[in-house]
Amino acid sequence: MTLTLLFFGKLRDAAACSTMQLDASETFATVDALIGWLSHRDATLGEALATPGARVAVDKQFADRTTSLSGAREVAFMAPLSGG
Amino acid sequence: MPTRIATTAFDPEKEIAAFRGARTDVGALATFVGYCRDATRGAEVHILELEHYPEFTEAEIARLASEAKARHVLLDLLVVHRVGVLHPGEPIVLVSALAAHRAPAFAAVGELMDYLKTDAPFWKRENGPDGARWIEPTAEDRARRARLQD
Repeated sequence: MTLTLLFFGKLRDAAACSTMQLDASETFATVDALIGWLSHRDATLGEALATPGARVAVDKQFADRTTSLSGAREVAFMAPLSGG
Repeated sequence: MPTRIATTAFDPEKEIAAFRGARTDVGALATFVGYCRDATRGAEVHILELEHYPEFTEAEIARLASEAKARHVLLDLLVVHRVGVLHPGEPIVLVSALAAHRAPAFAAVGELMDYLKTDAPFWKRENGPDGARWIEPTAEDRARRARLQD
């Protein structure tokens, strides 16, 4: 089962893409594990993901670093929200 | 309780007229319309790009509106929010409240705008003569949002 990563706002610049597909060989227990893996591959992205106010959603529900990724299909990394 | 994302320009006057309709139980209608400006702190803005997370953003707007409606005595609440490419002068967001009385209508509109500024999943990028820059909530936005926490 593939895990789709989405990047919004300035995090898209840091990731150099808006979408990333990870194949089934990469599995992560939690959001924190996924962030660790991404940071290891790309330190600049890792720093950007730690931006104060950045948010994460798993399968379209707000999440945090401790959220389990078991069975997850989509993780969205969001720069600080700015509506209105 | 209508809330929607608009991918093309909307007309605030028409939205408000349709929202109130022919209701005679309405004693008060309060509305805020936010517009794309031509400059931010002296820097020219040519276009504003507004991005959202489909389905997630709609659900969050609906949730924020539903919570605002539960906190105030309202008859109804409308939110319309643009996404896509906007030009100076175009409306970005409309929040309108119908109530029997003015106090809850004024309060709900102002409060929901304070929530939308920091809690609504949109991302804005201003494009000007010197390139593009991402917009984040201001210190004022955050201060107003912090006052809502209780």
